[in-house]
Amino acid sequence: MTTVTATPALAAKTSDRTRAENRLGWKLVAPAVVMMLLVTAYPMFRALYLSLFRYRLTAPDDREFTGISNYVSVLTDSLWWTDVFNTVLIMVATVAVELVIGFAFAMVMHRIIFAKGIVRTSILIPYGIITVVSAFAWQFAFSLNNGFVNGWLPFVGDDYNWFGGRWSAIFAICVSEIWKTTPFMSLLLLAGLSQIPEEMLEAAKVDGATWWQRLFRVILPNMKAAIMVAVLFRALDAFRIFDNIFVMTRGAQDTESVSFLTYRQVIEQFELGVGSALSVLLFLSVLLIAFTLVKLFKVDLASARGEK
Amino acid sequence: MALLGFAVACGGDDSSTPTLTWYINPDPNPPPDFEGAFGQAGIAERCSTDRYTIKTELLPGSASEQRIQLARRLAADDSSIDLMSLDPVFTAEFSDAEFLEPYSDEEQAALSEDVLQGAIDGATWEDSLVVAPLWANTQVLWYRKSVTDAAGLDMTQPVTWEQIIAAASDNDATVGVQANRYEGYVVWINALITGAGGSIITDVEEGSDAAVTLDTEAGTAAARVIENLASSRAAMADLSVSNEGTVLGPFGEEGGGFIVNWTFVYNNYAAGDVIDDIGWARYPATVEGEESRPPIGGINIGIGAFSDHPELAKEAVACMTSEEQQIQYAVETANMPARESAYESAELNEQFPQDLLELWRESIETAGPRPATPYWSTVVNAMLGGWHPAASVDPESTPAGSDEFVADVLSGDALS
Repeated sequence: MTTVTATPALAAKTSDRTRAENRLGWKLVAPAVVMMLLVTAYPMFRALYLSLFRYRLTAPDDREFTGISNYVSVLTDSLWWTDVFNTVLIMVATVAVELVIGFAFAMVMHRIIFAKGIVRTSILIPYGIITVVSAFAWQFAFSLNNGFVNGWLPFVGDDYNWFGGRWSAIFAICVSEIWKTTPFMSLLLLAGLSQIPEEMLEAAKVDGATWWQRLFRVILPNMKAAIMVAVLFRALDAFRIFDNIFVMTRGAQDTESVSFLTYRQVIEQFELGVGSALSVLLFLSVLLIAFTLVKLFKVDLASARGEK
Repeated sequence: MALLGFAVACGGDDSSTPTLTWYINPDPNPPPDFEGAFGQAGIAERCSTDRYTIKTELLPGSASEQRIQLARRLAADDSSIDLMSLDPVFTAEFSDAEFLEPYSDEEQAALSEDVLQGAIDGATWEDSLVVAPLWANTQVLWYRKSVTDAAGLDMTQPVTWEQIIAAASDNDATVGVQANRYEGYVVWINALITGAGGSIITDVEEGSDAAVTLDTEAGTAAARVIENLASSRAAMADLSVSNEGTVLGPFGEEGGGFIVNWTFVYNNYAAGDVIDDIGWARYPATVEGEESRPPIGGINIGIGAFSDHPELAKEAVACMTSEEQQIQYAVETANMPARESAYESAELNEQFPQDLLELWRESIETAGPRPATPYWSTVVNAMLGGWHPAASVDPESTPAGSDEFVADVLSGDALS
């Protein structure tokens, strides 16, 4: 997508100056890297270590090395796979819907002429609300006792308990998640949208391209990197979904996500061993998703940020 | 004035008077015209002496979250916990993890003197009293007299779950229970099982190797009651998310019939007109002819194992759990005393109907406690996996399936 193509000769030649700049760069980031290692690498390796034990916070003396048995029992447990299914389902459903709505919002924000500030602000408001607060708001909205959703929807009975069934509860969770994070998606898409040169669109228009043709042939291909970055960020976020489930169902009716399962094992049941194994698996899943998206769609993160 | 208060508060910290920090569970809201320190904060104020000041810190609302906060602090050797209000079901776990400062034999004798047996059981682990009973809670059956009259139900005799479900269904009324996915639902299941002569687990001293005894006649009888209610018209629409609070509204309105609930319910309705239509009786029986075993709860006072002032804390506990403090606390909050003679006091008899006090006392004495095991939270989680939602309970398969699952979870072979 970039028009600047570096010639091989230029790229291969590294002058003294470039090397010095590189060294300086490393020195400048060194404190941050050390901090990062301290606060992220240590807990990660600690979790990896703990995951090899049967270890309960309230019975520290009974700690026992069990090798990979925690991983075996998690990976052969139906609850783990139910939760993985839920998490992937929520991730795919919310990201897909958010991509469409977010794109529409991005178009509105990009094209709007009057009251630009107000429209942009109102689209972004949900993203400024704390997830727990938005989860409570939506829980009240869907609640059987004091909610309004049943009253507003014509095809739903007044005594319909949204949190009484698995799919309806997951639907409610997805609605809350989508409402809350679509603005983030549209912000990222807006960045991509504004990078498309106006002349390109005008040229297409002059050539007689219809609105749909311009969208699918010009706009979308030119925003591919921005779209993929948006999808990647949101997919990783959505895979770690926790707050909405915690507030809305507490995992009842099989609506638990992988993060929630991890939370329950570590925080509620004090099972540090199994919990650590779960968090390692969660981390690996997130890595896998990131890797797949980046490799499969050949997303170049640097180009999306306009660095190349 | 504000400056003066600040100076005094600071002086308390760095002068020779030590501060004892008491982590308390939330008390009910004080009535609008109440003045001064209410509930446990009131006890703290009255039991502070010129040698120490008791300061309260509020814990989260649910018992599970109270446990999490206390245990995480204590696991990190937090010396700021001098005193803590502890739910009886966590006595075993906290004592087993050596989070509690032990009481000497004489102290145990003094703290359990005149205390109702149900409350002592909940404060005991491995034959020692490890926490001091402050108050005892129990569930009774609250009913609307208009409904039982219409159904022709004789409430002076013990009633069964089957009877009240039928009476409610026939009269367009509801039966309110606690069946959300939380510990309270297991309280109900445990009461049903103990009411049929069984228990969820036995051999609790084996820890994670305890024997699970759900696949028994008692387990099936409990499942039958749950299935009966969940499939009847008497079930409240929000059965699968119901708790102690959600049942109060529907019970007090048109269409209310029965609820099982803790003692605080009395104060909730005492001021309104509906109280004239509300009756109370012993917890319903699981099987006809067998006496019910009502749930028991309450709060005990534990002393933090890492406290800097364990001796002062013990002195404070003696005052905090004295009969006098228990009576005043009960009058304020409707949380009933753990000491038996308090039930004879003039203050309590003035505040609560005499037959209700008698019912509560008897209910606490003959309660069916939840199994005392350090793994109670694990058991609860595993139980919920099989028994929630109530509408999915099947007497043929639920007890057997849950039996196996709870055992697997306890041994670490399954996640819950």
